[in-house]
Amino acid sequence: MAAVQGGLVDADEDKDIKTEASNDSWGNNNANDGRLLSPSPGSSASAGSNKSAAGASEEQQTLLAVLQFLRKNKLTESVEILRREAGLPEDSLEPKGAESSGAGSGGASGGVDLEGGDASSLLSRVTASSTAGAQAPTKGPIQSAAWLTDKLSHHSASCPTAKLTHSAGEDQPDVNVVLSAYSQQGDPALYEVYYSGLKRFIESVLDCHRAELSQVFYPLFVHMYLELVYNNHESEAKAFFEKFSGDQECYYEDDLRVLSSLTKKEHMRGNETLLDFRTSKFVLRISRDSYQLLKRHLQERQNNQIWNIIQEHLYIDIFDGMPRSKSQIDAMSGSLAGEAKREANKAKVYYGLLKEPEIELPLDDEDEEAENEEGKPKKKKPKKDSLGSKSKKQDPNAPSQNRIPLPELKDSDKLDKIMYMKEATKRIRLGPDNLPSICFYSFLNAYQGLTAVDFTDDSSLIAGGFADSTVRVWSVTPKKLRKVKSAADLNLIDKESDDVLERIMDEKTASESKILCGHSGPVYGISFSPDRNYLLSSSEDGTVRLWSLQTFTCLVGYKGHNYPVWDTQFSPHGYYFVSGGHDRVARLWATDHYQPLRMFSGHLADVTCTRFHPNSNYVATGSSDRTIRLWDVLNGNCVRIFTGHKGPIHALAFSPNGKFLASGATDGRVLLWDIGHGLMVGELKGHTDTIYSLRFSRDGEILASGSMDNTVRLWDATKAFDDLETDDFTAATGHIHLQDNSQELLLGTYMTKSTPVIHLHFTRRNLLLAAGAYNP
Amino acid sequence: PHTEMADREERRFAEISRESVKFMAESTGVELGDDVAGLLAEDVCYRLREATQSSSQFMRHAKRRKLTVEDFNRALHWSNVEAICGYGAQDTLPFRSAKEGELFFIEDRDINLVELALATNIPKGCAETMVRVNVSYMDGKGNLEPQGTVPSAVQSLSDDLLKYYQQITRAILGEDPHLMKVALLDLQSNAKIAALLPYFVYVISGVKSVSHDLEQLNRLLHMVKSLVQNPYLYLGSYIRSLVSSVMYCILEPLAASINPLNDHWTLRDYAALLLSHIFWTHGDLVSGLYHQILVSLQKVLSDPVRPLCSHYGAVVGLHALGWKAVERVLFPHLPAYWANLQAVLDDYSVSNAQVKADGHKVYGAILVAVERLLKMKALSLSQQSDGGSSGQTGFAGGSICYRVSSPGLSPPPEPLSEATLGIASHLQAGGAGCPLEEWTPVPLPAMYCELYSFFGDSLAVRFSTGPGDARKEPPGPTSNPDTTRKMPQLTANLNISPRHDGSPRTDPTPPSLAATGSGRSLTRSCSSSSSVQRSRSSSRSGQRSAGLSRDVFPKARFTSSQTGPPAFSFLIGGRQMGLRCQGRRPFQTNFAPTPPLSAVPPRAYAHKLPVIGRVGKPVRRWACSHYSLHLPL
Repeated sequence: MAAVQGGLVDADEDKDIKTEASNDSWGNNNANDGRLLSPSPGSSASAGSNKSAAGASEEQQTLLAVLQFLRKNKLTESVEILRREAGLPEDSLEPKGAESSGAGSGGASGGVDLEGGDASSLLSRVTASSTAGAQAPTKGPIQSAAWLTDKLSHHSASCPTAKLTHSAGEDQPDVNVVLSAYSQQGDPALYEVYYSGLKRFIESVLDCHRAELSQVFYPLFVHMYLELVYNNHESEAKAFFEKFSGDQECYYEDDLRVLSSLTKKEHMRGNETLLDFRTSKFVLRISRDSYQLLKRHLQERQNNQIWNIIQEHLYIDIFDGMPRSKSQIDAMSGSLAGEAKREANKAKVYYGLLKEPEIELPLDDEDEEAENEEGKPKKKKPKKDSLGSKSKKQDPNAPSQNRIPLPELKDSDKLDKIMYMKEATKRIRLGPDNLPSICFYSFLNAYQGLTAVDFTDDSSLIAGGFADSTVRVWSVTPKKLRKVKSAADLNLIDKESDDVLERIMDEKTASESKILCGHSGPVYGISFSPDRNYLLSSSEDGTVRLWSLQTFTCLVGYKGHNYPVWDTQFSPHGYYFVSGGHDRVARLWATDHYQPLRMFSGHLADVTCTRFHPNSNYVATGSSDRTIRLWDVLNGNCVRIFTGHKGPIHALAFSPNGKFLASGATDGRVLLWDIGHGLMVGELKGHTDTIYSLRFSRDGEILASGSMDNTVRLWDATKAFDDLETDDFTAATGHIHLQDNSQELLLGTYMTKSTPVIHLHFTRRNLLLAAGAYNP
Repeated sequence: PHTEMADREERRFAEISRESVKFMAESTGVELGDDVAGLLAEDVCYRLREATQSSSQFMRHAKRRKLTVEDFNRALHWSNVEAICGYGAQDTLPFRSAKEGELFFIEDRDINLVELALATNIPKGCAETMVRVNVSYMDGKGNLEPQGTVPSAVQSLSDDLLKYYQQITRAILGEDPHLMKVALLDLQSNAKIAALLPYFVYVISGVKSVSHDLEQLNRLLHMVKSLVQNPYLYLGSYIRSLVSSVMYCILEPLAASINPLNDHWTLRDYAALLLSHIFWTHGDLVSGLYHQILVSLQKVLSDPVRPLCSHYGAVVGLHALGWKAVERVLFPHLPAYWANLQAVLDDYSVSNAQVKADGHKVYGAILVAVERLLKMKALSLSQQSDGGSSGQTGFAGGSICYRVSSPGLSPPPEPLSEATLGIASHLQAGGAGCPLEEWTPVPLPAMYCELYSFFGDSLAVRFSTGPGDARKEPPGPTSNPDTTRKMPQLTANLNISPRHDGSPRTDPTPPSLAATGSGRSLTRSCSSSSSVQRSRSSSRSGQRSAGLSRDVFPKARFTSSQTGPPAFSFLIGGRQMGLRCQGRRPFQTNFAPTPPLSAVPPRAYAHKLPVIGRVGKPVRRWACSHYSLHLPL
């Protein structure tokens, strides 16, 4: 109760603390920023008050309830006394009653409004921050060499709070509390005046500041509109929308459409987009100079309405230095909740590759064969050496080998590694002058709707997920698919024989393709295990299923998402897999655990695609909130937030060296990210429709992108990354300046014939395989 | 109504009016107040938008561009709302408007579930899903093989299908008419031939190579009809090819038509009938073609170099497309066309006899078309102005009497408001890039007058404008005396009966004739009688008259080998009026009896079929039709 009882000013200060507390999961907040935000520079209390405040909120709510009751029964006197005792502002009790006071008051009562708003919004924030605190995943490195999963599963079992928060997040949290922040009001008629006043001001400032300050328009617009709607000023809200929605950046179009359909207070409950907007602060990056300009203006004009919103709903990340240009800002903005805070991308990421296990290669005789075949004995040697040396040297940026416990290699895995190395020696070195050949796998007669495709790493199998809930697996090689014999038959075979692996297969079942039935909704994501023994599929029915490719039966159904699961992928080392879905959470699983080991929560909208980093220590997720997040598998922390896409992200790809990430979205653009520095390093424009597939060539020289616009495009990845790596300044400030060189980087555009490209795959020899359903 | 929600325009949403909500409430027996209905309507709109927005993500993840009913239902499912059943069909449901009031609804036919369940010909699903690979780009260069070529890439036919295909095509193009019927019947009802559709379409596209053989053309058209009528076939984009084959038969100066003994007119009529059938049954598929076809018909019509049989085809084609097409294309074009036609009809030389006979066919077809136009237009006007404003238009409801001679092809019942099918909208809007010139609808009286000026009393449709008021004097005779004077007064008998008794037939003069038009009968009767006089003399004596625009119209092509007097009678009944009215004067041409079918044996074409798959043994003759045509799929 302390914070509230301390009076209005205290409440104000406390608010700032709460903001920080809720941001703790991203790392340390800049205390400076907090102070800058608070109108009265006071001492920032310790974060410890968080707990007490959380407790206080409960009491205060009880108090409020009592007050309401008294008022209802017309016991105004006791209300007055009690209120004064508790130090509550007058209008905290009447969400609607302030209309008269707001209308009647000029600048003087504005202050009252402001504080009243603070107090009531505090309630919401306290609850919000407490949930956020619980959401913050378990921290601290787990150094034990023991099998990670045991520990992890233990963790998730002993942390019911985490799950609890999630179920709360999935259902509507305390909607009323969240929305109550809007109960503050001013004169609805003045909203337009305020907004256009600010607009005039921003249009009149110097060019260099204008672009930065213009960022304020969108979040301000949305919050003002929502306030109007919340307070039942429907016609004013509509007028406000009509008048100013045209000014907003075009990439907010989709959100604006959602917003425009919302004109009633009742609609606000249960609208997810709105809740997202409300629960998360919109993040802006503004230079100190620009910010001071804005602050001065608002204080001079006593434009409290706007100042309130800026303080409560916006997070302004202030930096020292040159204001950013319009293009710089545009490159980074577009996500649902503004840009990422700079702090969000400061954590160290071990993006290097793990050391390859040393396998003694029975190369001699094989080599001779290869040499005889190719007749290039010279070329062989150095290549093999380079492979060998590469695997021996430890990359300084690589995580320690056992940071994440990985399964030991089986004999068959080692054989496969040998096969891989042999193939790698025959790999074609790609480049701008040496583009890959493309093979297209057309799915014919796929009238039921092809929704997902995957190839095995060795390109021997192809699987398709379909909208009719089935998964179909085809053999791409002449080798047919066979099931293992039944248990009774297996007893009969000679287990000592050399070809026992051959004998266990039932020749009668050999066929070119197999159908896997089990899901009860469209299959949206599929992934082969690296050892080709398993297949994962995720479906609209809320489950992820694990299929055996030996028996072609379902082994496990992983339940947990409870909502459509949009994507799933095996770790490159097998055993682990990640899934993400409509519940906005990505989950890390291990195949032998039916419950998730990690839950990566933080996205504000559906997780649309998931990818493992090549070293299996990180997971990247793309979302319909138009951000990409990188999560640390070890501790579940979010270590990177990338903003810049203007539409839901549907494709992700790590470069083979683990340093870069490419992402494709419905906006038809491919963005390139430097994981180590947490920076956008490239933008590839060319596609005219959603990009559903991205893949780097085996050596990382070429990036292939496949899209709904029926094309495959090849990009010069080497050039794209080389050009920007030298720029240290941007690395320091985080302000990228992208040159528009898409046309130079585009190496080729390849049309299919009315076939959207939904999957791409480079074979081990760098032949590009593309897949899609032919739709006549 | 949720389908309209997916409108692309930003910030514009479909609204459900409070009236709609009230109606819906009433239908369930609840009375709603205005404000309640208004609130409900707003909320319903919002919920619909919300569901639509969330359904779009199911579309995105299914990697589709088209939002389906299923997507919408999934969105409903996840927001705990019951799914809407019954809208899962692939085809778009026809969205219709009721004639009275502004009521729009989706046509929802009853389905007899018992029948469906007990049906023996259960549609077997499509061919199996498969993966095929091809090298698209070698070293990033060039398309080695066009990917997804139809049909080779899509289907590899099973042996059964292959056999079926061979037998069906042979049966249809073969000699045995009974077998042909069986084959056509099967083609019309077989549910398992989807995979063969491309092949059949290809066979049908062979019309161009058999334009000398009416019989084969006819059979191919029958094949089209069977395919179109097969309820299990989704014609999809193949419909274009079918339509173009049909158009070929309608419009082209077929090689078969060189010989006047060949009855290519019937073929054209049949093809036109088929065209209209396609448009009324597959309107959704071909609506995009409608405009294109109109343009091509117009082109043919306005091309004087084209033979008359092509013009005939264009006219019957327009007629088949509905009266609006006639109004839009044929009617405005009529004045220009008239001069040419007249020149042909006025040429009495022997060498012109054939062309002239063709000309009469065209004349008859035009007459039929415009009569229907007048009738339908009057009907639509009378329905529009049911409310009593009919006095303005000059046609009191019910006082319209019309008579339309049956044109031999009976177009399906035409709804007056064609807007529901999306066809007329093409017509009315014109659309961007529309080569048809600006078009403004001509009011019915003006149209009638103009047509009357051309056809005179041959026009069987009459409008009387009420008692006391004499029929509005058409401006035609005075303003355009030339055309009228030269017009033979004819009505057409499009029933192409190869054998006619040839005797002059006198129709009873319609009672209206005696009463009306006495004022103009003097001039008209002179002209008409003289024209008849001339026509008689032309057919008998072969008197040459100065060719007016002879050069543009093809001369008669008589085959010298023709022997004997023609026995085929072609009758165009003329009707005369006025003082010297002598009733209908028949005008006839006689041709020799049709010789046995042309020299090309019917089976010749069967051998030219595209061979798919293996080439089997020489085909066994089909003595009997015990062979099962059902596929053991």
